[in-house]
Amino acid sequence: MSLQNAEDLGPAIRRHLAGFVRTLRDNGFKVGLAESSDALRVLSASGIDRAGQARPALKALLCGRRSDWDGFDTLFDAYWSGRNVKLRIPVSGNAALANQRTIKTLSEQISQGGETALASDVERRDADDAGEAAPAGKREGASKFETLARTDFRKIADPDAIAAAHKLAERLSRRMRTHLTRRARIARRGRRIDLRRTIHASLGTGGTPLRLILRKPRHKPLRLVILLDASGSMNLYTGVFIRFVHGVLDHFREAEAFLFHTRLVHVSDALREKDTARALDRLGLMAEGVGGGTRVGEALATFNRWHAARVVHSRTCVMIFSDGYDTSPPELLGAEMAHLKRRCRRIVWLNPLIGWEGYQPSARGMAAALPHIDLFAPAHNLESLAALEPYLARL
Amino acid sequence: MEQRQDIADRLAAIGYIADGELATALVLMEMLQRPLLVEGAAGVGKTEIAKALAALHGTELIRLQCYEGLDRSDALYEWNYQRQLLAIRAREGQDAAATEAHVFSADYLMERPLLAAIRRPIAPVLLIDEIDRADEEFEAFLLEVLSDFQVSIPELGTVKALTIPRVVLTSNDTRELSDALRRRCLYHALDFPDVDREARILLARLPGIDTTLALQIARLMEQLRRQELSKVPGIAETLDWAAALVGLKVTRLEEDRAAVYETLSCVLKTREDRARISREVTERLIGKVA
Repeated sequence: MSLQNAEDLGPAIRRHLAGFVRTLRDNGFKVGLAESSDALRVLSASGIDRAGQARPALKALLCGRRSDWDGFDTLFDAYWSGRNVKLRIPVSGNAALANQRTIKTLSEQISQGGETALASDVERRDADDAGEAAPAGKREGASKFETLARTDFRKIADPDAIAAAHKLAERLSRRMRTHLTRRARIARRGRRIDLRRTIHASLGTGGTPLRLILRKPRHKPLRLVILLDASGSMNLYTGVFIRFVHGVLDHFREAEAFLFHTRLVHVSDALREKDTARALDRLGLMAEGVGGGTRVGEALATFNRWHAARVVHSRTCVMIFSDGYDTSPPELLGAEMAHLKRRCRRIVWLNPLIGWEGYQPSARGMAAALPHIDLFAPAHNLESLAALEPYLARL
Repeated sequence: MEQRQDIADRLAAIGYIADGELATALVLMEMLQRPLLVEGAAGVGKTEIAKALAALHGTELIRLQCYEGLDRSDALYEWNYQRQLLAIRAREGQDAAATEAHVFSADYLMERPLLAAIRRPIAPVLLIDEIDRADEEFEAFLLEVLSDFQVSIPELGTVKALTIPRVVLTSNDTRELSDALRRRCLYHALDFPDVDREARILLARLPGIDTTLALQIARLMEQLRRQELSKVPGIAETLDWAAALVGLKVTRLEEDRAAVYETLSCVLKTREDRARISREVTERLIGKVA
């Protein structure tokens, strides 16, 4: 197996390869210069039988992720063998972008005036692209996410879509968690001894470690406490939120969940059940009266009185999913929110109504709670939940 | 010369059945000296690739299992503190600078997988398992090691690689890996094997197994993976199950249905899955594959 100089390849194949790499980039592959030149080296290597092995070789080299991998064969065929002339690659959820992306097949390009046509064609398309499709690079997997993520929860009815919602929630919560590092840092007061530095320091005292150098964890994990409104007015969203909460409990190291309508129920244990269906069954038994009226203020009062001391500490983010329609006096809600605010780090209030056009937080309860909220955000769809991730990661 | 076929044959000889794409990726790995990133569900045989590769080249397999909070001292090197303390005591009264140089010499360095992998005289296979579990900081650090193949140790200086190891990274996709890492690596997406490949795996790993039985088992596994199971059985489970069936002297699935049902516990590892694949379902599946 010898690696010959890329110059040994004919100029034609080099240009065609450049065109192919360009096509891949248009379709969202992250292919750099190093990969292009490696592709040339690979094709010119004597061990590679070009006809049979070019495809798998380029596939291993130029793909970077699952969505690349799945779309590669179609692109390869379209470009190199001229089948599916002017094939539209269904890559993006964005229709305008996808329509633009057509592949000029090789045969077509060559028929336009031999080999030289190719390079100029690439450049011309370059210019075209720059005008409209500048942010090329939406990938299949991501964009599938996106279409689903834009659906209002009320419209997600079929089990598959709900399963996908659950999966996104799960993924999201995992990503949130991985932002919290367990890396240790040097600290005056810590739990673990940093032996390396301690020994270094002990050299001066003849090996007696007079001064211990300690480490402590850089971050304590964020604790997430979720209060989920399960009243009648929230009916349409509750199911999906519960699935999200289920995902959160599954993947956060510290998380607690409560459900409230006219009463407050601690549901962490029920929801920690791995099987969603069974978790929901247990939940149903515990949460009698779901779908009735709401007393947000009283629920919060109960929470502060009985649960807050145990589940809320200074690194807790309290997340409330509610539309803010409250039948208890707004003063009560305001007072309890203020109380809660003093205990915890952040209060996030996710309100499905914000997603509606022209929404004003005019419900009296909502207006009373607003001054104590750190983040008031829409959560009518998965996208809005996903948008919260950077916020939570910063806590 | 067909290197791809050659490498696939040699892998098959040591019990790893690779498809054409994987064989090509392995050829490229040799040619370009790039790491190979393998993604796929649990149980599709990602880790086995590294083991097979080590066996193929007759080298050592060095494994770095990633987890959240993994840091340099677990992955790269650590000083042997106990020995250092003793040495400092033993040299009490001597020149402090000389003592320092002495206890921070290579003798007191404990290699962890990454450092070990670049200091072997014969290039080993370095398996970085479940890289998605490590933190992003660690991923960035790993990228640095993988592109330069040198490591700087403040007390010692820069350690250069004696040999470039063959690196296999695996990921379960629980976290999005950085583009930089993806670009640095060759990529292979591994799926559950098709019937043919799974049957060949069975034949390679269980020499005593009957060819028809192996095919039946592979077909049944394909059917099982299509059911809605909470834990989809991997290749290891198939091998266990096939070994159990061979041990019970089952030669055809349809001839000993009771044994098939009872041994399914090799494959179905949760209570719900067990309940889902009832006797009736098992009968139906056997009917499909026999």
